[in-house]
Amino acid sequence: MAQRISMAHGEGGELTHELIKNVFMKYFHNQTHARLDAAILPWNSNEIVMTTDSYVVKPIFFPGGDIGKLAITGTVNDLAVSGAKPVAITAGFIIEEGFSIRDLKEIVKSMALEAEHAGVQIIAGDTKVVERGSADGVFINTTGIGQLFEQRLEPDAITEGDTVIISGPVGEHGVAIMSARKELGLITDMTSDCASLHHFIEEVVTNVKGVRVMRDPTRGGLATTLVELCEDFRFDLELEESWIPVPDAVHGACDILGFDPLYLANEGKVVFIVEAEQAKKMMEVIKSHPLGASAQVIGRVKSCDNASGKLYLKTPIGTTRRLFRLSGMLLPRIC
Amino acid sequence: MNKLDLFSDHHLVRQSLAAVIEIAEAFKLEKGRMPVLMEVCGSHTMAFARSGIKQRLMDHVKLIAGPGCPVCVTDQKSIDAMIQLADEPDTILCTFGDMMRVPGSASTLMKAKTEGKDIRVVYSPLESVKIAQQHPDKEVIFLGIGFETTIPILALAIREAEKMELHNFTIWMTTKLVEPVLRELLDAGEVKVDGFLLPGHVSVVLGKTSYDFLMKEYQVPGVISGFEPVQLLTGMYKLIDLLHNQKVDILNDYTHVVKEHGNAVARELLHTYFEFGDEAWRGMNVIPKSGLVLKDQYARFDAKKKFNVAVKEPRKVKCRCGEIIRGLINPEECVLFNKGCTPVHPIGPCMVSSEGTCAAHYQYMREE
Repeated sequence: MAQRISMAHGEGGELTHELIKNVFMKYFHNQTHARLDAAILPWNSNEIVMTTDSYVVKPIFFPGGDIGKLAITGTVNDLAVSGAKPVAITAGFIIEEGFSIRDLKEIVKSMALEAEHAGVQIIAGDTKVVERGSADGVFINTTGIGQLFEQRLEPDAITEGDTVIISGPVGEHGVAIMSARKELGLITDMTSDCASLHHFIEEVVTNVKGVRVMRDPTRGGLATTLVELCEDFRFDLELEESWIPVPDAVHGACDILGFDPLYLANEGKVVFIVEAEQAKKMMEVIKSHPLGASAQVIGRVKSCDNASGKLYLKTPIGTTRRLFRLSGMLLPRIC
Repeated sequence: MNKLDLFSDHHLVRQSLAAVIEIAEAFKLEKGRMPVLMEVCGSHTMAFARSGIKQRLMDHVKLIAGPGCPVCVTDQKSIDAMIQLADEPDTILCTFGDMMRVPGSASTLMKAKTEGKDIRVVYSPLESVKIAQQHPDKEVIFLGIGFETTIPILALAIREAEKMELHNFTIWMTTKLVEPVLRELLDAGEVKVDGFLLPGHVSVVLGKTSYDFLMKEYQVPGVISGFEPVQLLTGMYKLIDLLHNQKVDILNDYTHVVKEHGNAVARELLHTYFEFGDEAWRGMNVIPKSGLVLKDQYARFDAKKKFNVAVKEPRKVKCRCGEIIRGLINPEECVLFNKGCTPVHPIGPCMVSSEGTCAAHYQYMREE
């Protein structure tokens, strides 16, 4: 078998077949579905959830994960925070001519492993090879299908006083990616928080009532994610800056680089907005799970009636300032 | 509690804040006006805005942002020249990220990159030396912007290029020095400042004694300060305390990193490769000996000597970055702020740079 991807691997001929057989099918273990161009799913529910995302992270391998793991966790988490249990995922690869097959195998193995952990099948895929210089190593697109949990989210029931909880410290993925690039001269052993969250989320939503809405604060970070929630569901929210968990290494890296931890990407965190009366119980359930052990209450819904959809941050000195979407900061491409 | 937590501990922050308000009010009672302090450094400007300290002290202390953002003080003509450099054949232009979206008169480095020019964002000038080594058939030019904090790394890059005997690596020097610009501001007398909060990072290289001229020649006090909320507030307290007690002194409130005479190795590097040169500053024209240029024996690493870039006089725009840098107006007083000029569509560099005053106000102090 060739050691590097060539343009011929994308032509659909023998080499394409070899690639599918020796790399994708070998690790994805799904002979039945792979026989057809599309996967036929024996589905009875009419509540199918579907999402898609593309992954172009650089570097491809980073502490705590790689592009393959990220492509699975990202799509799994998008389904999970939408209130659904992931069932199946498709994977599309755009590979640059000259890319190492050894690296591709590592990526695919990592995807397979993460999919197994998450209990989700990779059921279909696509491969395109582009000329050297037309892409940056490998890009992956994943599409996920899921089934709604029995316990439904209630975003329209968000009311004043509802509690905002983050499942753990912010900024770890962003700093891990930046330090993995080495070019920043950051000396940190920070690993990405990259993880599939749906088992954790399912446990939380089935054990506690009153979960209004959830989001995973990926690109744009906690601040951008919450600004979008405020605007989408029309409520004002106030965060307490000193309650937001920020690891020392993230704080230090942000100081050096002039970044704000609230805008750094996370790949294994979830923000919950929960009915105030349920917040205490919710924290107990979240904290009992390894992925939520460092969870914190970080704020509350300030107003809903006639709210203009704004996010505020109360600083430790008692002033309040408005937070906006990530804007104008030159962040390296991180997810 | 580790040191970092201590500097942002909210009980300490509130205590320090109360102390600053108390001493500022005592000053006000005596003078009939607020103390006017200038934070020279762009990182201080960002930290004041982000922490909420500037807003909280608005009625007690007048804080003016100074000329300490390297991108913001770069003259429009220099920016145009740097963008024009990308047109040189077989060239790889390397720059710190902040420069990419800074608007020139007709384009930006980002636009030039999307048009196919080979422009690369690097995080250290040493990285651009490696790129030059990897591409012997190309000319690699690093855009050398920065104050005393950055200039030693430029010297290291030259030293590496020298060791590797590279003939395809140059730096386009547009560096700036703190002392000449502070002298210029004080001599011009346009902005009245009672005291300076002096830049922590630059002082690591220069040392405390480099600011003695403020005390001896201008009778203006200064305090070298760190960047965490408690550090900002204790620095401010010490400065107002000096003013209130009518003492003129330079204090070092960042002693764990800033030494009396600075970093001798870094200064030695500067003196080995560079000498003083006249520099044009945005909004201030040319200030004599306000920058460092390569000595004649290192002229082969000087992009200004190697490449002949002729730039037209930039057209006038309504952007008031020049006045903002000189501490004459707040960003909100510029007609373009948050209207024609935003971080996504900037008109001036103060809105683009991560240390820019307009960016600080836009990101942390605007309501709409």
